[in-house]
Amino acid sequence: MTQILDVARTQVLGRGIGFDEAQAARALGLPDAELDALLDLAHDVRLKWCGDEVEVEGIVSLKTGGCPEDCHFCSQSGLFDSPVRSAWLDVPSLVRAARETAATGATEFCIVAAVRGPDERLMQQVREGVAAIAAEVDINVACSLGMLTQAQVDELAAIGVHRYNHNLETARSYFPDVVSTHSYEERLDTCEMVRKAGMELCCGGILGMGETVAQRAEFAAQLAALAPDEVPLNFLNPRPGTPFGDQQPMSATDALRAVATFRLVMPRTILRFAGGREITLGDLAERGVRGGVNAVIVGNYLTTLGRPASEDLSMLADLKMPIKALAKDL
Amino acid sequence: MVHGAEDVFCDRCGADATTGAHADCVRARALEPPRYCSRCRRRMIVQVTPGGWTARCAEHGTHASR
Ligand code: SF4
Ligand SMILES: [Zn+2]
Ligand SMILES: [Zn+2]
Repeated sequence: MTQILDVARTQVLGRGIGFDEAQAARALGLPDAELDALLDLAHDVRLKWCGDEVEVEGIVSLKTGGCPEDCHFCSQSGLFDSPVRSAWLDVPSLVRAARETAATGATEFCIVAAVRGPDERLMQQVREGVAAIAAEVDINVACSLGMLTQAQVDELAAIGVHRYNHNLETARSYFPDVVSTHSYEERLDTCEMVRKAGMELCCGGILGMGETVAQRAEFAAQLAALAPDEVPLNFLNPRPGTPFGDQQPMSATDALRAVATFRLVMPRTILRFAGGREITLGDLAERGVRGGVNAVIVGNYLTTLGRPASEDLSMLADLKMPIKALAKDL
Repeated sequence: MVHGAEDVFCDRCGADATTGAHADCVRARALEPPRYCSRCRRRMIVQVTPGGWTARCAEHGTHASR
C-alpha cells in the first residue's frame, strides 16, 4: 500500500505531475495508519510547488436565499423548507465587509450571490460594489454569481474582478444526485468562459455529500482537467430543511485524506479550506494546513459562522506560515 | 435558546423553547446566526458578514452579534 506514496514522491513531488484518477483513488484508499505519511507528503508538495505562503480570503453574501436552483446541500435554495430568508446587502455594508476583511491581512474578498445567474439588478449592485471597494479598500475582488452569459463574463473582467468562483460541486457521475435544475455542462461552460476572458478561475466543491470514494477521485481528476487557479474545498455541513439535512458530516480522517489527495492531484493550485471545516475537522484543521492546504477563508461564511479570523491568523503564525501579500499586478 | 421570560421560541429551530430538547440547537448556534425570532417565531431577515451578523424581526427589531 505504501507504493502509492513512493509514486507520489517521484512523480508529484519530484516532477510536479499531478496524480490521475486511478492514483487518486489509491491515495484515498490508504489506511489511517498511513494518513500522517500522506499528509506530510502533500505538505512537501505544497511547499515545493506553491511555497510557504497562505492566501487569506473573506467572503460575503450580497444576495442571500430565494435561489431558484435545487442544489441539495444548500440552505439558500428557495425550493426547500429552509429557515433562510431572502436578503440583500447594501453597498455601504459591502464596503464595510471588505474593509473588515482587509484588516485581517486578507488579500481576497469574494462577493457571492444566491442566484442561477445574475439579472440586471444584481449586475448593477455588483458594478457599484466593485467600484466602491476599489476606491476605498486595498483588496482583490472576486465574485461568485452563478452561471454567466458571455456579456456578463466580459463585463466582470472589464470592471476588474480578478477571480471568479463557480464550483463543479461534485463528480460528474454524482452531480445528478445533487442538482436537477441545471447540468454539469452548464457549470463547465461558465468556467471555460471565465478562463478565456482572462479572469482567474476558482472552482471546487463539497465533499461528504454521499459520493463514493471512487467519485471523490473522479471529482479531483475532473477539477484538475480544468486547471483552476484555486480549488475551494468545502465539507458538507448538513443544513436543516435541505434534502441533505439529515446526512452525517464526513469523518475528520476522510476529510484529511481527501485534502492531501487533492493536493497530490493538483500540485500547483491554491487549495483552500472553505466551509464546513469547523464541524468536520475542529482543531484538526491545522493538520490540513500542514497537509496540502495553502489558503483559508477567515471569518464567517454566507449563512453560517466561522471561527474568528484572529484564531486562524494565530494558527498560521504558530505554524510560521506567512500570509500572502497583496500583489496589485492586474 | 431561552434568553428571558418573553423568549419562548428556539431561535434556531423555531419550536417552543420551553418544552422539548434544544441541546443540538444550542450547540449548533455557536456556528450559526439565529433564524427565528425568540419572541414571536417569525423567520428573521439575517445578514451574515465576515465579522458578524444581524437578524431582523419585522415586529421585534434587530439583534446583532455585537
Ligand atoms: S445555485 Fe448556488 S445558491 Fe442556488 S441553490 Fe445552488 S448552491 Fe445554492
Ligand atoms: Zn431548537
Ligand atoms: Zn419577533
